[in-house]
Amino acid sequence: MDDFLVRASLAGIGVAIAAGPLGCFVVWRRMAYFGDTLAHSALLGVALGFLFGTAPTLGTMATGIGVAMLLVWLQQKEDWSSDTLLGLLSHTTLAGGLIAITFIQGIRIDLIAYLFGDILAVSDTDVAWTWAGAILVSGVVALLWRPLVALTVNKDMAMAEGIAGRSIELAFVVLIAVVVAISMKVVGILLITAMLIIPPATARHLARTPEQMALIAILVGCIAVALGLTGSYRWDIPAGPAIVLAAAALFAGGMASGLISNLTSKRRQPIAPAQR
Amino acid sequence: MVDTPSLIEASGLKVSRGGQVILNGINLTVDPGEIVTLIGPNGAGKSTLVRALLGLERIDSGTITRKAELVIGYQAQSVVIDATLPLTVRRFLTLTCNRPDDELSRTLNHVQLNPILDKSVHVLSGGEMQRVQLARAILRNPDLLVLDEPTQNVDISGAIELYRLIQETRDRLNCAVIMVSHDLNVVMSATTRVYCLNNHICCSGRPAEVSKHPEFLRLFGQSAADMLAIYTHNHDHGPTGEVLSTHNHTHDHPH
Repeated sequence: MDDFLVRASLAGIGVAIAAGPLGCFVVWRRMAYFGDTLAHSALLGVALGFLFGTAPTLGTMATGIGVAMLLVWLQQKEDWSSDTLLGLLSHTTLAGGLIAITFIQGIRIDLIAYLFGDILAVSDTDVAWTWAGAILVSGVVALLWRPLVALTVNKDMAMAEGIAGRSIELAFVVLIAVVVAISMKVVGILLITAMLIIPPATARHLARTPEQMALIAILVGCIAVALGLTGSYRWDIPAGPAIVLAAAALFAGGMASGLISNLTSKRRQPIAPAQR
Repeated sequence: MVDTPSLIEASGLKVSRGGQVILNGINLTVDPGEIVTLIGPNGAGKSTLVRALLGLERIDSGTITRKAELVIGYQAQSVVIDATLPLTVRRFLTLTCNRPDDELSRTLNHVQLNPILDKSVHVLSGGEMQRVQLARAILRNPDLLVLDEPTQNVDISGAIELYRLIQETRDRLNCAVIMVSHDLNVVMSATTRVYCLNNHICCSGRPAEVSKHPEFLRLFGQSAADMLAIYTHNHDHGPTGEVLSTHNHTHDHPH
């Protein structure tokens, strides 16, 4: 296997590992648009990263966290729905990023690579960033897994029973910003949310518990990366979109198998009141 | 129980939202082993008060003291679990505490459900979900059981049954119970103290006392009070429920 393919596979798998479990929460909490907003703000992060002379990944993380905080603040202050506020922030930051990037002198920036990903061009440094981020995210998610699930099922219940809701929710938002930052090179700003949503959605067809869904989501993500890279190599198609299409194909497959198993097993014994 | 410290003590509690005062001048204590019931019309601030006592609401003024290390089992008013979240009964029961399967099954038996731990919670009926919720709260082995409208989505005989279960649970765990309720006619059997709430505490005391209080009568009307009195009077005969023949709507007199 060529070196660039090895690096691409490593980066893709890193993203799949980080995005799978976290993406489950994005699905359960209906936060797809929130993920999109953070992704759209990433370009502004790249520009700011260049302007301040830091790594683009760090700039993206910082911008994502900033946008998330701004959203929380606006939600408390204004009467607009979250949906509208997200639309506002999402496109404002994207437009701001597109303009900011033109101000950067001297460095040629491949805009298309940021928008649609350039996984075949990832460097060793990029792979290292991706894996550092993936290990950080996986570690924190594992640590916060049970309280996060409890908060997702019912926030009042979890908090009444002693779970520190506010700080855990904050950590969750920061984790999404980190995943966005490390996914940018792989699938691109416009397709990042796909890695958060499609593998968990595919896993839902097969899982019976939250934990199973997270693990299957990782697996689905890895398979999508492998299929996408193979397709990209074989047919000379862009790798990021190929990965997303592979994930979508897996989702369709999962849906079909779910339908079939639903049709074949019609048994539904109720959990009826017991003896008495 | 004079020498035991209260589990929760609130004094001079005031909560307002968007310029609207929801709760004002609330003084309330919950002692160990007590069953405290909050009643009041819709919008009276019952749920807000419970949430404030648990530290889930920002309060404008007043103090709330909770006993240190107080273990709480909380049954939310309604739990809507997104269909995308796969959850078995087992996993639901162990959301905030880990217990072995045999204990989970035993507790499901207590609340009169078949112990089907691998069942998805998404196929449960409203009444089954309420009982699974109660089981989950019980499994925490709480000092204080907090039940926000535990009989929602449950028919009246189911409600009686649930109240019996709650009372039995209190006796077994020796915990205190705070309950929010709007169905006056059946709630009373095991309650040690009723707080009648309508943004402020209109009256409080034993069920029989509260039912005769003029504030209560003004809020709920004479028919509710009559039924309450009948029920309290009959409660030595067991909760078989002569009161059940009449339906009682408590929301006829909003403020």
